[in-house]
Amino acid sequence: MAALDQTQVKEGVDQETVDAVREAGTYKYGWETEIEMEYAPKGVNPDIVRLISDKNQEPEWMTEWRLSAFERWTKMDEPKWAMVSYPEIDFQDQYYYARPKSMEEKPKSLDDVDPKLLATYEKLGIPLKEQKILAGVEGAETAPAEGRKVAVDAVFDSVSVGTTFQAELKKAGVIFCSISEAIREHPELVKKYLGTVVPASDNFYATLNSAVFSDGSFVYVPPGVRCPMELSTYFRINAENTGQFERTLIIADKGSYVSYLEGCTAPQRDTTQLHAAVVEIIIEEDAEVKYSTVQNWYPGDENGKGGIYNFVTKRADCRGDRSKVMWTQVETGSAVTWKYPSCILRGDDSQGEFYSIAIANNYQQADTGTKMVHLGKNTKSRIVSKGISAGKAQNTYRGLVSMHPKAKDSRNYTQCDSLLIGDKCGAHTVPYIEVRNNSSRVEHEATTSKVDDDQLFYCRQRGMDEEEAVALVVNGFCKDVLQALPMEFAMEAQQLVAISLEGSVG
Amino acid sequence: MALPQAKQTATEERLAVLRMPDAGCTRKAREAALERLRQMGLPGRRDEYWKYTRPDTLISADALPAALFVNDESPMFDEFDRLKIVFIDGVFSPEESDELSLEGVSIDRLEDICCKDIHWAKELYGVLEANGQNPVPRPLAALNTAFASDGVAIHVTGKPSKPISLIYRHASETSDAILHHVIRVESGAEVTILENGPAASRFNKCMEIDIADGGTLHHVRAQGRDHQRRAATHMFTRMGHESVYKSFTLTVNGVLTRNEQVVELTGDDAVAHVAGACVGDGEFHHDDTVFVTHDAVNCESRQVFKKVLRNGATGVFQGKILVKEGAQKTDGYQISQSLLLDGDSQFLAKPELEIYADDVACSHGSTSGAIDETAMFYLRSRGIPTREATDMLTLAFLAEAVQEIEDEALADVIVARLQDWLARRR
Repeated sequence: MAALDQTQVKEGVDQETVDAVREAGTYKYGWETEIEMEYAPKGVNPDIVRLISDKNQEPEWMTEWRLSAFERWTKMDEPKWAMVSYPEIDFQDQYYYARPKSMEEKPKSLDDVDPKLLATYEKLGIPLKEQKILAGVEGAETAPAEGRKVAVDAVFDSVSVGTTFQAELKKAGVIFCSISEAIREHPELVKKYLGTVVPASDNFYATLNSAVFSDGSFVYVPPGVRCPMELSTYFRINAENTGQFERTLIIADKGSYVSYLEGCTAPQRDTTQLHAAVVEIIIEEDAEVKYSTVQNWYPGDENGKGGIYNFVTKRADCRGDRSKVMWTQVETGSAVTWKYPSCILRGDDSQGEFYSIAIANNYQQADTGTKMVHLGKNTKSRIVSKGISAGKAQNTYRGLVSMHPKAKDSRNYTQCDSLLIGDKCGAHTVPYIEVRNNSSRVEHEATTSKVDDDQLFYCRQRGMDEEEAVALVVNGFCKDVLQALPMEFAMEAQQLVAISLEGSVG
Repeated sequence: MALPQAKQTATEERLAVLRMPDAGCTRKAREAALERLRQMGLPGRRDEYWKYTRPDTLISADALPAALFVNDESPMFDEFDRLKIVFIDGVFSPEESDELSLEGVSIDRLEDICCKDIHWAKELYGVLEANGQNPVPRPLAALNTAFASDGVAIHVTGKPSKPISLIYRHASETSDAILHHVIRVESGAEVTILENGPAASRFNKCMEIDIADGGTLHHVRAQGRDHQRRAATHMFTRMGHESVYKSFTLTVNGVLTRNEQVVELTGDDAVAHVAGACVGDGEFHHDDTVFVTHDAVNCESRQVFKKVLRNGATGVFQGKILVKEGAQKTDGYQISQSLLLDGDSQFLAKPELEIYADDVACSHGSTSGAIDETAMFYLRSRGIPTREATDMLTLAFLAEAVQEIEDEALADVIVARLQDWLARRR
């Protein structure tokens, strides 16, 4: 973090902010687990695709689906429009499948899992023992028992090592398992929904993922069920030269509710690694899904060496009327991020929300944002994005708000603020706004002084100055977001709350 | 990289019907521009910079015809004392124009800059256009530099007593005009440039403006009422230390208009305001594409664009503020708003910021919506009929852009034209 220490911070940016960014920039998860691994041969071709499918004991239709995706992928070009630059990726010079040797025979229960793997997650603060409460989290002892349960699906390189609380979830009718298990156990659900939100042909990385995804999580919440606990997946890349391609499929049936959390880390290495995930969420009538991410892949060192290339496609389809989705992301890791969690607001009165804090330091590059596609009547969306750049980092907000002719009386509010610390970094905003009917209102703002006027007025009325009022309103918002995150991220989250918006630019 | 075949074909088809004028001293600049154009190719539908505007009719070999408009209103700016320079279908008309002499300014036809050996113009021609090709290609401007058939060189050395008025008449239904003007404002000099008229059925106009330290240029443009005309215009402006550039454009109808403004603030403490108001009805597509680069300290830029749309009209805004590394104390502002008077119209916007300096205040906003119901209710409750209230609110909406015109008398002319549009279209 030498670069940041030497940075002249301009007046108006407070020290707390700088410290918080510096703290967020020291990577605590850079260690490696020494464990015997089993690899597929390097590179990607139809044989590798078949091999992955075979390892997961998939039915023929799944193998075919993968192969046709691979076929398409070979004809596609890598997208170049994002404001990121990185050396050409050699897609044949990496492993597409790596699993711990001890996982060859799928363990029958968590007790049979290799202790080394359990220790890895223990060290990361992810308890894989059901009776355990989250260690070291303030207030956890006094919290009601129901509130502190989090079911975890732990993915290590290419395989899921275990899923907790499965039995208890089953009682409620919720299916929570690895996607490979779902393909075997619940093919009718997978077949019905897989690829319906992010089609296999969607984009270069999503298509590659469709061909070679090795594992990931599957969630199905039946009609009318409020998922009794939070669900989470923890992704760990451990093996060198290995790409991780996870696939997550979440289905919230009519009137259901689920909150899902995702975390990710990787060891510190000099070589870059590829991570290309696809997340699909289907939300039926009156259902609600909250999806929170703390993305903390290894960002590379202060000279820009190493780090994860994070090319992710995440999309939620609000199919039913009055359905609701909320994306929350805290992006601190990865050398290059290319990620746009999106909402298709198809059902009438459906709602999409996107809250994002992206911090880029040293040589990190983040090009992230969202798409809000309003198709149904009276749909609402809200985008709040905070980008912070330090060192020589580049941070871009890229978003689309689209109001279709039939999306009458819809509403969008977008606010994106950026903060620059030091004069060698960059902050960019690339919003696309498409309004095709006049009963909808779209507002895009990039000034800090225009937080919700009513709230500001309320604060001002109580004697706060404007700066304080803005900070309170925005921090209040941040807290809401961060509280929704799993408690193991609490430390990280608290540091982020300290970040003020003083001196920020649009 | 080789161009895609379709693009190459479209470019060559267009080039086949164009002839480069025998313009001695600008020949080199024209050939360089043609080379640039061949490398980038004419814009196509899949180009990101043309995402919201279809360039087909702007690049086709032949211009589509546009019926001549029977003017039932007095031409713009007629009540002003001004120096008139008239072009008919893109050809300079000495008969219709005033004598090109005025204190503090010298004006020459483009074709005369060589024989008269006007150095500054020879050195400026095609230069700002070439600079403006990065980072985004503007092929229609390169085409203009290569093939412009006429234009003027305006050298401002003092403070001329009256505005210079460029008038573009449209006389033939299938005219395809390419005009290129170069303007140099010397240190401490100040000038107002007016532009109006439908020009041609298809109009490609490029203006290169070089403002020296402490120079000021005001620009007020009214793009004509002809429904079927198509236009692609570019203004490239380079600004020195403490210079001022204020440009306002009014667009009333026209089936397709693309106005690009490329402003580069290269001297400290310069001020650039670029504004536009457009009102469109029916088959109307209007695109404002603005690119402001801050490459000096303590400069101010403002982009204010307002669009009123109805009966299926489309408004596009692509604006960008680029603050280069070291351009500290930049004050950048950008607003793009649309008022959709009915459900068929659409507004497509891409307001961008790209910032590489930390001590700057840049903001942008973009909104779209219908007339505010509360405001309407207020006016109605005071006994104002709906039509009148709509007009009042529409004018109020456009006011922020019109206010960018410093000369009040000129602003009044613009407001009168807007009122006329509202009255006619009830």
